Amino acid sequence: MTAQVPTKTTYREAVRVAIREALQRDERVFLMGEDVGRYGGCFAVSKGLLAEFGPERIRDTPLSESAFVGAGIGAALGGVRPIVEIMTVNFSLLALDQIVNNAATILHMSGGQFNIPLVIRMTTGAGRQLAAQHSHSLEGWYAHIPGIKVLAPATIEDARGMLWPALEDPDPVLIFEHGSLYNVEGELAADAGTIDICKAAIRRPGTDVSLITYGGTLARTLQAAEALSSEGINAEVIDLRTLRPLDSETIVASVSKTHRAVIVDEGWRSGSISAEITARIVEQAFYDLDAPVARVCSAEVPMPYAKHLEDAALPQVPAIVASARRLVSGHE
Amino acid sequence: MNEEGGPSRAIDREHALRLLREMILIRRFEEKCAELYSAGKIRGFLHLYIGQEAVAVGAMQALQPDDAIVATYREHGHALARGVSAEAIMAEMYGKVEGCSRGRGGSMHLFDAATRFYGGNAIVGGGLPLAVGLALADKMQGRNRLTACFFGEGAVAEGEFHESMNLAALWQLPVLFCCENNLYAMGTALARSESETDLCLKASSFEMSAWPVDGMDVVACEAAARRAAESVRAGGGPHFLEFRTYRFRAHSMFDAELYRDKAEVEEWKKRDPIPAFGARAKEEGLLEDADLAAIEDAVAAEIAKSVEFAEAGTWEPVEDLTRFVYSERATSR
Repeated sequence: MTAQVPTKTTYREAVRVAIREALQRDERVFLMGEDVGRYGGCFAVSKGLLAEFGPERIRDTPLSESAFVGAGIGAALGGVRPIVEIMTVNFSLLALDQIVNNAATILHMSGGQFNIPLVIRMTTGAGRQLAAQHSHSLEGWYAHIPGIKVLAPATIEDARGMLWPALEDPDPVLIFEHGSLYNVEGELAADAGTIDICKAAIRRPGTDVSLITYGGTLARTLQAAEALSSEGINAEVIDLRTLRPLDSETIVASVSKTHRAVIVDEGWRSGSISAEITARIVEQAFYDLDAPVARVCSAEVPMPYAKHLEDAALPQVPAIVASARRLVSGHE
Repeated sequence: MNEEGGPSRAIDREHALRLLREMILIRRFEEKCAELYSAGKIRGFLHLYIGQEAVAVGAMQALQPDDAIVATYREHGHALARGVSAEAIMAEMYGKVEGCSRGRGGSMHLFDAATRFYGGNAIVGGGLPLAVGLALADKMQGRNRLTACFFGEGAVAEGEFHESMNLAALWQLPVLFCCENNLYAMGTALARSESETDLCLKASSFEMSAWPVDGMDVVACEAAARRAAESVRAGGGPHFLEFRTYRFRAHSMFDAELYRDKAEVEEWKKRDPIPAFGARAKEEGLLEDADLAAIEDAVAAEIAKSVEFAEAGTWEPVEDLTRFVYSERATSR
């Protein structure tokens, strides 16, 4: 193999390349969802794929989330490999019955007879002034459900590398793509491989405090870590990548080393994935803690439209820095 | 729209005995289930199909072994008519590991891979999208087989009904929608829940062939299903059959039946599909009294065996509680 030169690409292109590769690799794979074909995808992720693969495999659907998600489940049961795209996590609520009552249960209810190799991709998160019906981060909700896996690719490598293992998984996998990431540019090795979808990644090693995050807040958390380092605080940044199953081992190992944890999550704090992570740290690393676990989450309001209010509602770098600083200094 | 009348297609003695035997098996099996429920052997919800047997038995005759079936929580009859063994179903009712869903599903969630029986779905309307997807897979793979989707008229009020009917028709998928109109969605009469009560008219609005069938006549049910299935297989897209039928028993074991008159139930019982077909078969010289006795004996023996099987069955070890949440093999490929 010749040496591959890394190429400049965007998160959006990385997802598209992953879909294209899957379509080329396995003739049973197809993409279906609202406006994935002629329109080119609501976020232009699937642009060009219709011309390349035709309407059978790049399949536009009516605005019937429950029917096309359920059809994805049925098609997976029938031996093909659907990638179902839902425009936003808010719209996925119209398909909750199919995801929670069928996709997550049929393997168990059938005593192991029928598995569902289905991938559902959807956009999540705020930051684009889309207000309260297009901006929420409900992936933590889905992480509550046994029977499905929940992935949140935060980097270009993961956007490219998570789809194939998700398709190879015998059970339903939900992939949450944060809407603010599509335009992010970076370099991607042309031969970048697939990744272990059940492992968290240490994005920045450190010794003083563990900053635990995923998806859309990874970049801000890394910025916070940089800011902290200029103050002499060496933060470790964990990108969870997978919210279910949660990689407790990586979290606990990190916190046992740094003795402090800040969880950064764009979801609301009450009854959330950040609460679950806190509980696991308390259950498994309580005696290693030098300070209470801290959380930086979204304000508990439906996401407002106005820019200054939306910014105020979301976890921002100064809040992450302040939170970590408090834990390390031991006082306000 | 007139109901599809009796068929011109003559049935032979062997087939008549088969139809009768399957209906009687379902009837006696469920009577036994009700008894076992009262005895505390079966728990949870138990929805009896008694009165509607002609629909499942008639419609299943039109299906091939590689066709798929999606049913509801009132599916004991469909599973039996499809050929899932009475033993495996009874063991499932008991919650035993030998049950067709290893005791994980119970009465409402019978599954069987060998006969392509995809549940046992207990969310009204929730099975329809699955059927659409199974049919989509067949169409994409160029397989000439169909998916029969059974549901009650109550499902017609669900959004998933309309979404699924539209999608199946839009993509011309091989789905046979079998609506069993027993007039009551639990306790809510059709006219109390639908502004338009003509179900075939609703189906027709999706540009789908649709016709009503006398669901108390097993021969009519079979004929209609055969005609529709043939058309589906010939590439005619999805079809919708409204089987007009009636549930003789309560909705479940907890239903005091405050919503319908006893006289109405008695009136429908006069059209009981089992004696009706028995009388007709006798008239046509296809059946003798000795046949009926032989069927009852064979069915009684089969049910006794299924109860024995369930009683002798084992409980899944509690250590296996969390099995089948995720697949045990590493990959599906």
